[in-house]
Amino acid sequence: MKFTRRDTILIAAGATATAMLPMRAFAAGEDEIAAFTGGAAIGDSGVTLTAPEIAENGNTVPVEVNAPGAVSIMVLALGNPNPGVCTFNFGPLAGAQYGSTRIRLSKTQTVTAIAKMADGSFAQASSEVKVTIGGCGG
Amino acid sequence: MTKTVLKGAIAAVAVLAGAQVALAEGGLVINGELEMIIEAPAADHLKGSLTTVYSGWVFRDVDTQAMQMDDFDNPGMLYVDQGEGMWNAPAGTSEKSCADCHGDASESMAGVRTVYPKWNEAAGEVRSLQMQINACRTENQGADAFKYGKDEINAMEAYISMQSRGMPMNVAIDGPAASAWEQGKEMYYARTGQLELSCANCHEDNYDNYIRADHLSQGQTNGFPVYRLKDTKLTSAAGRFVGCVRDTRAETYKIDSAEFVALELYVASRGNGLSVEGVSVRN
Amino acid sequence: MAENVTPRVRVPSSAAAGEVITIKTLISHVMESGQRKNSDGTLIPRSIINRFTCDFNGQNVIDVTLEPAISTNPYFEFQAMVPEAGTYTFTWYDDDGSVYTDTKDIAIG
Repeated sequence: MKFTRRDTILIAAGATATAMLPMRAFAAGEDEIAAFTGGAAIGDSGVTLTAPEIAENGNTVPVEVNAPGAVSIMVLALGNPNPGVCTFNFGPLAGAQYGSTRIRLSKTQTVTAIAKMADGSFAQASSEVKVTIGGCGG
Repeated sequence: MTKTVLKGAIAAVAVLAGAQVALAEGGLVINGELEMIIEAPAADHLKGSLTTVYSGWVFRDVDTQAMQMDDFDNPGMLYVDQGEGMWNAPAGTSEKSCADCHGDASESMAGVRTVYPKWNEAAGEVRSLQMQINACRTENQGADAFKYGKDEINAMEAYISMQSRGMPMNVAIDGPAASAWEQGKEMYYARTGQLELSCANCHEDNYDNYIRADHLSQGQTNGFPVYRLKDTKLTSAAGRFVGCVRDTRAETYKIDSAEFVALELYVASRGNGLSVEGVSVRN
Repeated sequence: MAENVTPRVRVPSSAAAGEVITIKTLISHVMESGQRKNSDGTLIPRSIINRFTCDFNGQNVIDVTLEPAISTNPYFEFQAMVPEAGTYTFTWYDDDGSVYTDTKDIAIG
């Protein structure tokens, strides 16, 4: 098969469009982060995120967040079609600024937790989760 | 290049031969009190094939295993609750519930799951537990049969299975069940589909190895019905067979076919000695 | 209202005043993400639980916003400080306007 110049341009355009797809989700994640932090700087200590290194199935992945002194913790999966996962808002009777849940990951990606502290500062933690495609219709 | 590939292949065989199941320390104890038999000496009929049988729980990763160790963390319990509700609800023209005839399930259904699939003398056939549930609905309750592969029948089976949780599987393979068992055994070892795979190729020859990213189990059915994380709902043994046969790229038997009942009996007999897990959690 | 929605909640029956307890909740819900298609190719509309709250005697413990990335049968585990005897109220808010609630009492002792 021979490529004409026109085909090549079309293929190149297609490749660019494909390459931009993850960027769209990433950009959406940026928006969510900006809405949560108001554009403030984000530190890297004060929040822990516990997630498996390898998830046996992306449909049900256990994750746990913990940020002593936080008022809320937002969880994001930037590789998903929609980056938002959930936001834990802690009330006066919370016994710890801790939450655990089960989430969907559409593919191998980095899961991120951003905590908003009582003093208005922010902290972030990330963890890469490999999502396996099983041999059996995984 | 060719040499390297060959060496690699030999190394793979060596790994295969040395495959060892790493049993989780402490085993499977549910709610911190109810211990499951997850490892048992293989039944006599498996002589020459397997020496030890293992619950599928052994082959799952720690997060999946943990979900079954506490009934609250096990999403399959939602269906057990649903099954309990159906057990007590009048159904059909008889307007009788299961409980109206069978009373307290914890007494009347204790041990039932361990012996299914089982020969039914009156019907002259081997029946799976799900078939027996549906026979009861249509013959005794005057209700429509539950649709196989759907939540209701799986939930009812889960509730009944829970009443035998911890008890060892003990299906009969002789007497009138023998011919169905032989049929199931033949199916188990027959290569099928475009991939030409038999059940045994994966679950006897290669358990504890990986098929792509999947850690192969022995394909035991003592944990069924299972809550599969992939489906986020219950699956019956026959429902899993449909998926497995499809994965060999074969035309599958129907979920309620006599073939799959025979296979379910044979596979259950390979797990004789392992605990009924009530409702298990798998990937 | 989505069919067969059943909440399950685990709270200890008693605690010491000031003690921190672990609460677990699970609710049966398909959490339709809005990303899946029917067999005929049409998009299945999003239908999820979008908010979950736990309150104790009228004061908030936790208030969670859920997105479609939360798995089917949403599960939450969190911690609560027990100031006195009373009642926990759990509320799940469905996209379709349905609200599901459950309550659990806790004693001091």
